[in-house]
Amino acid sequence: MKLITHNMLTSNIIKGVTKGFPLIIAPTKVEVKEVDFNPDFVNKMLTKIDYPALYQAANSVGHGEGLPEQLGDDVKDNTDLLKALHNAMLQVEVIEGDLVCPESGRKFPIANGIPNMLLLENEVET
Amino acid sequence: MGYDRLEIKSILSLLGCPAVLKENDLKDGSPFMEVQLSSETAAKALMQRTVLSKRLYELWGEGSNLLEVKEQIKQLPKDSVEPYTNECSSFRIVVETFNKKLSTSDKIKRIEQLTEPGSVFCGQINLSQPDNSFHLLEFYHFEGTSQPANKPSKVYFGRWVSDGQRDRIRQYHLQNRHFIANTSMDACLSMVMANLAQVKDNDFVLDPFVGSGSLLVASAHYGAYVAGTDIDYLLLHARAKPSRAKQKARSRDESVRSNLKQYGFESKYIDVLVADASRHKMWREGCHFDAIVTDPPYGIRESAAKIVNVKDSEVKSTDECAQRYPQKAQYQLGDIFKDLLNFAAKFLRRGGRLVYWLPIYKPDYHESNIPQHPCLEVESNCEQPLSTTISRRLITMVKTEDYTNNGEQEEPQASIPVDHYECETFRQKYFRAVESEASATKGGGSTREESVDS
Repeated sequence: MKLITHNMLTSNIIKGVTKGFPLIIAPTKVEVKEVDFNPDFVNKMLTKIDYPALYQAANSVGHGEGLPEQLGDDVKDNTDLLKALHNAMLQVEVIEGDLVCPESGRKFPIANGIPNMLLLENEVET
Repeated sequence: MGYDRLEIKSILSLLGCPAVLKENDLKDGSPFMEVQLSSETAAKALMQRTVLSKRLYELWGEGSNLLEVKEQIKQLPKDSVEPYTNECSSFRIVVETFNKKLSTSDKIKRIEQLTEPGSVFCGQINLSQPDNSFHLLEFYHFEGTSQPANKPSKVYFGRWVSDGQRDRIRQYHLQNRHFIANTSMDACLSMVMANLAQVKDNDFVLDPFVGSGSLLVASAHYGAYVAGTDIDYLLLHARAKPSRAKQKARSRDESVRSNLKQYGFESKYIDVLVADASRHKMWREGCHFDAIVTDPPYGIRESAAKIVNVKDSEVKSTDECAQRYPQKAQYQLGDIFKDLLNFAAKFLRRGGRLVYWLPIYKPDYHESNIPQHPCLEVESNCEQPLSTTISRRLITMVKTEDYTNNGEQEEPQASIPVDHYECETFRQKYFRAVESEASATKGGGSTREESVDS
């Protein structure tokens, strides 16, 4: 699971949970897999992501290198920063571990890089 | 409207090229259509994407016989012809006929007629590597089973400009795909769907019923970053039963990711998730996809499932450590499509497209069976027959309105004016159709009353 995906996921599917974002990452295996650098795509996704959540997630898996706590207005042409964002969004991958609901503590296991977001029958809303 | 025409229209609208498609073409079995385009650049850009159009020519003449065509070539303004026919550029003429075979000598006769002294063609003939290639196309009307007509009903002459992307169909053929599932979409239709969805560079495309990711491969081909979800844990982890005959077990590295990697698109792979597509709250509000391209399960070869709430006491296992597979419930097809539209209305960017297949029992089909949503507009709806009674329709919708939910009004909801599947599941209709076809071929024996239950 890439952190760009983590940035889009919530646990609000659990019955009774309303603040299921961002999910806590409890990784046991994290890898950095090379992805072609594409500043246009990074810039485009910057308008869609929740940056504080990305910053927090990247640091929580030990890959917050080069990320500022807050994004300024000068990102667009700052190649070093775009590369750091590219790395955090697309190259850092949680291979094994759990996503944890911040409200209920419910764990969603990640195996082989694929999160399992399925709930049990008694956990879903009717 | 046929798929070929739809594909061309969709690509041209994506490219922003104004174009006029001649309405009466592609009729009576003719494979030709005239398109007015603004430039050769536009024409080439179109052919860089289309998989259904084979070849594009600059039309130099058309008529019912060669003489008429020759006359038209003569009338063409000199400066539009000369750059391709002067003494310094080599050329060749290819004669192609449809619905009729011509002998080589007949073809040569036609070429000689076109290039006789005094014609516009001044360059050297070069059959293998000409600077310019001209094609004489003859279409013979084919009436039923009788012989083709003696005279062509239409003759075209044109300068070759560009070929379409038909070769891609072989390149992406499922036969050579590392990871396939029971209902993997074939390469051609996948690419048509990506064209109807107007997938382009740097788009973010989602397939909520991803399976083996065929639609993602096509989307990545057109430059998109791709993600998918599927409720089938075993399939995404390559532990499901193999889909290929004679294959005993899936190899560990079979995955959507490996499929993208196979074609050099690994950088376009975002993620796949094991998830229930009916649970939209899994996605953070405010994240938007450029396109949603999908083939939902119809319940025939892949079951349509979602997880429904039951009382705590009915849950079979509560063992935290064990890998658990929640009970999946039959998912009514009508609900799948309503859920899909609700999802698209919320998570597509404005102007983004939803492209999906809707299975149809033909005798019951009516346009009112197409699901609707206040935020989405049907762009096109095209049938692909699968049997005499079953077909599927490729539906393209555009998000035309922002999804607004200010808390006071009710959320805009998808609806199906007349639910095709209300009385009977598609599976029941499907097997009833299969059975009645089988009994009809047996000589119209007794009609069977009972229907197969799912």
